[in-house]
This record gives sequence, structure tokens and C-alpha cells, in this order.
Amino acid sequence: MTLAVFFGCTFIAFGPAFSLFIFTIARDPLRIIILIAGAFFWLVSLLLSSLIWFIAVKASNPQDEQLQKGLLIFGVMFSVLLQEAFRFLYYKLLRKAIEGLVALSEDGCSPISIQQMAYVAGVGFGLMSGAFSMINLLADSLGPGTVGIHGDSQLYFLTSAFMTMVLIFLHTFWGILFFHGCEHRRWWEIAAVVIMHLTVSGLSFCNPLYVGSLVPSYLLMVGAAAWAYLLSGGSAQNLRRFLLCLRSGASPQPGS
Amino acid sequence: MITFMNNSDSEEEPCNERTSLMSAESPPVPSYQDGLQASEAGEAQAHRKRRAGNSRGPNNIAGGEVSGSSIPVRESALENEEEELTLKYGAKHVIMLFVPVTLCMIVVVATIKSVRFYTEKNGQLIYTPFSEDTPSVGQRLLNSVLNTIVMISVIIVMTVFLVLLYKYRCYKFIHGWLILSSLMLLFLFTYIYLGEVLKTYNVAMDYPTLFIVIWNFGAVGMICIHWKGPLQLQQAYLIMISALMALVFIKYLPEWSAWVILGAISIYDLMAVLCPKGPLRMLVETAQERNEPIFPALIYSSAMMWTVGMAKPDTAARGPSQQTWDAAEDGREHLRSPLYAESQMSETRSPVPTRPVTSSDELEEEERGVKLGLGDFIFYSVLVGKAAATASGDWNTTLACFVAILIGLCLTLLLLAVFKKALPALPISITFGLIFYFSTDNLVRPFMDTLASHQLYI
Repeated sequence: MTLAVFFGCTFIAFGPAFSLFIFTIARDPLRIIILIAGAFFWLVSLLLSSLIWFIAVKASNPQDEQLQKGLLIFGVMFSVLLQEAFRFLYYKLLRKAIEGLVALSEDGCSPISIQQMAYVAGVGFGLMSGAFSMINLLADSLGPGTVGIHGDSQLYFLTSAFMTMVLIFLHTFWGILFFHGCEHRRWWEIAAVVIMHLTVSGLSFCNPLYVGSLVPSYLLMVGAAAWAYLLSGGSAQNLRRFLLCLRSGASPQPGS
Repeated sequence: MITFMNNSDSEEEPCNERTSLMSAESPPVPSYQDGLQASEAGEAQAHRKRRAGNSRGPNNIAGGEVSGSSIPVRESALENEEEELTLKYGAKHVIMLFVPVTLCMIVVVATIKSVRFYTEKNGQLIYTPFSEDTPSVGQRLLNSVLNTIVMISVIIVMTVFLVLLYKYRCYKFIHGWLILSSLMLLFLFTYIYLGEVLKTYNVAMDYPTLFIVIWNFGAVGMICIHWKGPLQLQQAYLIMISALMALVFIKYLPEWSAWVILGAISIYDLMAVLCPKGPLRMLVETAQERNEPIFPALIYSSAMMWTVGMAKPDTAARGPSQQTWDAAEDGREHLRSPLYAESQMSETRSPVPTRPVTSSDELEEEERGVKLGLGDFIFYSVLVGKAAATASGDWNTTLACFVAILIGLCLTLLLLAVFKKALPALPISITFGLIFYFSTDNLVRPFMDTLASHQLYI
């Protein structure tokens, strides 16, 4: 555990998210505010779910391993559901905010669209979720120690970093999907997001059998990415034109 | 109208200016005195004054009246335009406050986590005379409450003293006090800080080099803060002295007392801003009557970068820092500055391609930055620093407090935009910060630790 591990894991986990932040969010103050508010909503959902879990644990027998394990599973699932509930609440808040912005704007249209807000909200949720999962690990990785000396997996830091990265991406895509579902009243999109989230969290119970948790999560991420891209107005044509932008001379605008 | 009141403050007193848009002057700043003995936990009355209000100013300034009185005169269309402009650049100003607050917190947290000195218990200030070393919880709680009472009383006394000084026009005294405080902060505290950092990293530095470094740092700081200097350098110095002050508080306030003091100061701030007979209100009203600028060095001013990117002195944006001791002259200077700055800016605006020039009014608006008193910086940083110092080595608590404070700041600015009257900025942020500190430390931490030990993800 050295600086190499620290920097490596930091960049694996947060590199893509920070690039997204710098290139798409940092320029616009409104987006930064939406990002921080998204992080706050995730935090509140975590707080409430921790409260419930804490009460349940305190009320139960600490010696009973099975019960504690069951309570943990319950805590994880409840937390996921609460996160999605808060995502919905955030959607409601942003809707109101858009109405306010439209009312106050000169030309009757909001400076930011609901799709952009969905993306930024997703990044906010993802960044906060990733930070809470990863920061303590990163701080510990700076200090002395040997990973897995008691027989646990030696890849703990690395896999945590990869898992964090995939979760941040997933939250971003889920934000887009969720808000789109709410906008167009497609409940099955919302249900799909919730089920995906439950799946990813549930798969993490396979750890340390990382092939059971990381690989499906990445596959789900690719699926969610494709779906979100399609919902945001992308298509195979757009993608092709983007990748060959030099030849066509007209690259599509990034973002929604 | 929205008034962001500046909270210039000294560690001891809060100085709020509740009235707002009367002019381009910054609100009265009570002198602050630093010093291990003299420092007191200032309350941060966080009233932020929005310069924008001042820009509407030309009408008000001429009359020298409180902007509030001119509202009925305005037509509703104008009010709507105001509202719109206010909210439109509201987001920009929120970010202009986020950045320095974040920087200050980062400096404090980085220092706390690396330099052992600031987390060691080495005695207490005389303002918190009761020790917390008692074994019983009840006694400890009682002592911390008593400490808080002592601290807040000292603050109230100092505020009243300052108001009296200001009322009887003892400007030289206040000015001297201010200069003495900044001297102590810039030289003594920086010397101690540098010494501790060098000790932590085991770097040797000889005294001549140290002398040259500290001398330059302090001298340039004094000039930037009390006279003129590049805006960003001034901002950097203000952030640094806020961080130094916050570190002093984190070191010398006993644990439980610090939390109770933070809570009590938010309540005091709330009351002082909203109650009609508070000393701060009187201070503000006096300053308004006299149409005077307030003392510099205790207000963070964040004018837009590209307006001061040019080499010309941005008098409007750095008005408070250019202080002469002739109050009348100051008044005139500030009266002139908004209009003056506007014409200059419209010239310099044209070569900048990124900003479409729409109306001169808007130009004026966008030129103005937001001002925030240093007490706010200090208390936000104290909260986050304490969270970093005492939260069992947990970074999640620090992060949660950080986000909570930023959201509180955002909400306060939003409330200002909605209610259009001066509101204290400390209460919301500190309340959120305290709630998140205690709940994250006691509820979220066990949950996240359990998840991490099983490598589960939510």
C-alpha cells in the first residue's frame, strides 16, 4: 500500500467522473448547484436508511450471526429503494425549479433542460455514492499495511475502485433513464432502474467472488449506457458520425 | 429586494449589516482582534450583501436611503426585471461563494489531517474558562454550556463596545485595532503555522529564510487587505487568514464547547439579524445614516474575474478594501464608484468575446460580486475542521459536513432571493452541518463500515 496504490485507485474510481465533471459540469454554475444538491439528496437517503438499519441492529441480538446478516441484506435493499425514492423526489424538485427558471427567464425557456438536469443529478448521486464507498479506503491505502494478510482477497482495493467506477457510471445512466421515465410516464423505465440497482447491489454480495459481481455490473452498465444514449437522442447513425467526425465534418453536439 | 449582508466580522463580533442596497459600501466591520488571548469566537453573522443590490443603487445612493424605501417607487415591471436578473446571476454568485468557502475548508482539513499540532490539547482560551476534563457526562455538558455562555457574553459585550465606538466616531481606534489584528494574524499565526508544518514534514529552515518569507508574506498581506492589491491576491489572503483563525479555534476550543458554541452562535446570529433592537442592526443603521463605507479586511469580495482581469483598479469591486480614513471622502468615493466602474467596464467589456453585452444595467449587475464576511468562512471551516479532527478518522463525516454546509449556503442565498430581505447565513449551514455531523458519525459510519468490511455496495 503506497502512493502508487492510492493514486491508481483514485484515478480508476474517480477519473472518469471527474473528467465528466470538468468537461460538462464545471463551466455552468447552475449545473454545479444541481450536482451538489443531488449529492445532498443521496446523502439524506443514506442517512435515513442508516438510521433504520441502526435501529434494527440495536433492537436485535448482536450474537446472532444469521440475523445480523439478514439485517444487513435488508439494510442494503432498503437503502437502494430509498435512494431511488429520493431520486424521484429530486426529480420533483428539479421539475419545480425548471418551472421557476422558465418563469424568470427572458425568452420563456429554461437555461437548462430536464435531460441535462437528469444527467447532472445522476453524476451527483454517483459521485457522492462513490465518495462514500471509496474515500476511507483511499485514506487507508496511504498508510502501512498488507492487503488480505488474513486470507481475504488481495485485490480488495483494486476491485473496490473498479466497482466504484461502475457504480458512478450506473448512477449517471440511471439518472437519465429515471428522469426520462418520469417525464414520459413510462413506469417500466423507472421499474427497470430500480431492478437494475437492486441487482447490482445484490450482486455485490458475491464478493469476494469478483467475477460474479464486477462482470455482470459492467455488462449492466454497457446496457444502461446504450439505453440512456438512445433515450437522449443518440442513434447508431449519430455514433458513427461522431466516431468518423473528421470525415463528415459535422460532429454532433455532446450532451442532450 | 435581496440583500446579502456581508458579514464582516472579527473573531469577536459580529457585525451585521442588515440593510442592504443602500450603497456600494460594505457593511460595518467591527474591528477584529486576533491573538491567542484576544481572539474570541466571533459570531458569524452572516449577512451577505449583494452588490447587485447596490447596482440598482444609483437611485438609492443619491438619496442615501435604504433601498427598501425605494421599492414602492418602482414599477412592477422593474421589480420583475430585478427579480429575474437577481436569480439569473444568482447561480453565478452562489458558485463565487462556493469556491472560496471550499478552498478555506480544504486548507483547514488538509492541515488538521496532517499537522498534529492543531489536534493536540494545549490549554484553552480564557474565553472558555471551564475545563472539560471531568469524568461525568453531566458535569462536562454543564461546563461546555457555561463556556458557551461566557463566550457569547463576551461577543455581545464586544459588539456593543464596537457599536459605541462607531457611534461616537472613534474611527482611528477601530482602524488601529483592525491593523493590529491583521498584523498579529499575518505574522504571528503564520509563523506558528509555518513552524508546525515544517516540523511535521521534518524540513529544516534557517531563520534568515524564515524571516524573509514571513516578512514578505505578512507585508504583502497587509497591503493587499488594507490598501490595494490584485483582487485574487486579496481573496487568497482573506481565505488564508480565515483558515488560520479557524485552526486556532479548532485547537483551543474544547470539544463539546466547540459544538455548543457553534449552535449558540447560529441562534445568536438569527436573533441578532431578525430582532429590531440588536446592536448589529444599530450599527448598520448608523452606517447607513452616515452613508459611510465600512472597514475593510473583514469582507471577502468576489467580483467577476474577467472584470478585474484588466489592470485597471476595479474600484467598485474592491471598494471596501480601499479605505481612506476620511469618512466623507469614502462616502463620495463609493457613491461615485458604481457609476464610474460601469462606464469603464462597458469599454473593457467589448474585447471580451464570450460575454454578449446586453444592457448597461446588466453590465453593472454582472460586475458586482458577492461579498461574504470572514466570520462565515471561519465558522464553516471550524465545523468541517472539527469534523475532520474528531470523527474517528472517518472521511465520510467530513465530506457529509462539507456538502451540508454548501447546501445551507445555497439555500440561504435562495431564501435571500425569495424573501428579499437580509437573512443570516450561519444558521442554516451550521444547523445542517451539525445534523449531518452527528448523524453521520453515529449512524452512517457503522453502516458504511459494515458494508465495507463485506465489500457490499449500495
